[in-house]
Amino acid sequence: MAIVFKKPHALTDAPFHYCPGCTHGICHRLVAEVLDELGIEGNAIGVAPVGCAVMAYDYFNCDMQEAAHGRAPAVATGIKRVHPDKVVFTYQGDGDLAAIGTAETVHSAARGENITIIFINNTIYGMTGGQMAPTTLPGQVTQTSPYGRDIKTQGNPIRISEMLSTLDGPSYIARVALDTVPNIKKAKAAIKKAFQNQIDGKGFSLVEVLSTCPTNWGLSPAEAIKRLQKDMIPYYPLGVYKDIDDENK
Amino acid sequence: MSEKVLMKGNEAIGEAAIRSGCRHFFGYPITPQTELSAYMAKKMPKIGGVFLQAESEVAAINMVYGAAGAGARAMTSSSSPGISLKSEGISYIAGADLPCVIVDIVRGGPGLGGIQPAQSDYFQVTKGGGHGDYHLIVYAPNSVQEIVSLTADAFNKSEEYRVPAMILGDGTLGQMMEPVDFDSVPEPITTNKDWATTGTGLKREHNIINSLYLSPEALEKTIIERQKRYDIIKEKEQRYEAHDIEDADIVVTAYGTTSRVVESAVKTLREEGLKVGVIRPITLWPFPVKVFAEAANTAKAFLSVEMSMGQMVEDVKIAVNGKAPVYFFGRTGGIIPTPQEIIEEVRKIAGGLK
Amino acid sequence: MTDNIIITGFGGQGILFAGKILAYTALVKGKKLSWLPSYGPEMRGGAANCHVIVSDEPVGSPIIITPNILISMNKPSLDKFENDVVPGGTIIYDKTLIDREIKRDDVKVVAVDATGIAAREAKANMANMIMLGALLKSTGIFTLEEIRAGVEKAVPPTKKDLIDYNMKLIERGYNL
Repeated sequence: MAIVFKKPHALTDAPFHYCPGCTHGICHRLVAEVLDELGIEGNAIGVAPVGCAVMAYDYFNCDMQEAAHGRAPAVATGIKRVHPDKVVFTYQGDGDLAAIGTAETVHSAARGENITIIFINNTIYGMTGGQMAPTTLPGQVTQTSPYGRDIKTQGNPIRISEMLSTLDGPSYIARVALDTVPNIKKAKAAIKKAFQNQIDGKGFSLVEVLSTCPTNWGLSPAEAIKRLQKDMIPYYPLGVYKDIDDENK
Repeated sequence: MSEKVLMKGNEAIGEAAIRSGCRHFFGYPITPQTELSAYMAKKMPKIGGVFLQAESEVAAINMVYGAAGAGARAMTSSSSPGISLKSEGISYIAGADLPCVIVDIVRGGPGLGGIQPAQSDYFQVTKGGGHGDYHLIVYAPNSVQEIVSLTADAFNKSEEYRVPAMILGDGTLGQMMEPVDFDSVPEPITTNKDWATTGTGLKREHNIINSLYLSPEALEKTIIERQKRYDIIKEKEQRYEAHDIEDADIVVTAYGTTSRVVESAVKTLREEGLKVGVIRPITLWPFPVKVFAEAANTAKAFLSVEMSMGQMVEDVKIAVNGKAPVYFFGRTGGIIPTPQEIIEEVRKIAGGLK
Repeated sequence: MTDNIIITGFGGQGILFAGKILAYTALVKGKKLSWLPSYGPEMRGGAANCHVIVSDEPVGSPIIITPNILISMNKPSLDKFENDVVPGGTIIYDKTLIDREIKRDDVKVVAVDATGIAAREAKANMANMIMLGALLKSTGIFTLEEIRAGVEKAVPPTKKDLIDYNMKLIERGYNL
């Protein structure tokens, strides 16, 4: 019997703990497929965040380190400086990367640290039960913005890809979404490029992945996808924000 | 023996670390430890090592976490307020059983405090600082020469037990120059780091560096396993220097810079005919309880001299265990006790003993 | 025999460097020693001082409370340290910059026109070397030959030409 579909080798057999309809599973799979296709699983060292993906170290088959909240880029920097020949990546959510870990994110990018960051933006703190994130949209209701995010008192969302693309350090910054098959394919291509850049020694790459959180958004998985398309993409436009390959052409 | 050179304490830590095989140093500027970072910045690139100035103390300690988890001998250094910031990372490093060396050149606190020498972070470094049941092996050198040997020991012991180690000094020790040679640096030990994240090469199960255990049973098991190592350390690694305690009526105890002042005071007191002995803890954790317990069988009183409002004195009391009164004298805020102050304090205690 | 030397003045006068020369000289001579600088936020123009202990025995506390030798290169530091000098000790001060007499009568006093001579014959910031020469002459702590070995160690290898220059000024201070 011909095998038409199988789990990537870079994923372990551990069952995901993610909620039904959460796109973390898709993103894990994309990263694992890229590790497989580039043949780098045995050479890769991943860093897990604090957030819903905290147990990513159980899901990826490569060596993994679990970082403190927000510190994954610093941990990855330490690893990369010890093993410059290895492929080092972090997998972080929006609270981890864009709130508590903003300094580590910005400075690893500014250093052009030769690592790859997969950044899940779902506009909410998932693991702790749905609090306002730095990426929460204006007006969005969360546990800690129960009347909708009021930008006058609760501030504005941060557009990480746009912000980091102003720096000289990064080699590749792109925003993708996991809402449709074509977009998922584009997401995979972006993730692959972000890893390939590291292998080629081009420096810091970050892929911002617009994702859903049906549970904490209070929506069905299908409705969640619609919200991503209707509310998130207009605020967080998809595309490549920085690519030194284009600049060098 | 090689020729002695003059070096600042901070620079001697750097040179000793390099000779102990440290090739990864992650720093962040703070007075009064800056010379160490500057030394590493100058030396590391020339020997194929890494010096990286992080964006914060928080980032620096997490770089150490990453580097140590990846199998390297890694170091970071700071001073009191910076150690407070690093405490999060130190707790994670302890929880993930990673070896590394952290340098704390203590200054006055709390808050921004001052930049002059202090010992007011004894509690922080021996009783926690970060969260959870954990310990650091804490070495408190009192000369530039001793800095060299203890830095090397810190790397070796840290690796042997997979427990982070700390070199605790203060501005005086870090800034002063004394003659030093590197003959006494022990060879770096090699341990099998089969737990490190070096890439599986698809030849083994993946390694995970982690401190998260969602099952309380699993977490308790790791803590108890670690506690067993702590117990071995407490049994085997207590270090101190003591003299004249056999016939001493009064035992004066101090560590680091303060112990130097105590030596000057005790010299005068013994010339006066007072029976005064000295115990200088070299490891603050494990605290050298055995020598105190033994001295307590004969000594009539103990005096702990510190640059704090009284922190180590609590451990002295625990070790003496009620067998003799334990007195305290301290200056703080960056003031170093004078020999005369200590002499007067001892005379006062001696007067009360008669 | 122990010499407890405090050298003091403004940052930028080469206070710490003068101390370093003494420390290196002690090292070459096989003495026990310690060198302890003041440190603080000020880099230039603020108060600077340096404690140098040279001894035949291991050095206890590196902090000097009562020096037997005070080298003072500005008035605020003389005001601060004058009374700390042990009776019978030596105060060497830069009279170009300090326009008052020493109040003590139980110490040996050496007034040196250090900054004046240095400004006329070299550079004002070389006055520290003139002071070292005066120190050698008045206390006999080291010979000129011994201090040359210290200067050779204290001067960075990239500035070797400064060795003779420094020695010339030390000798100038010695021969006053």
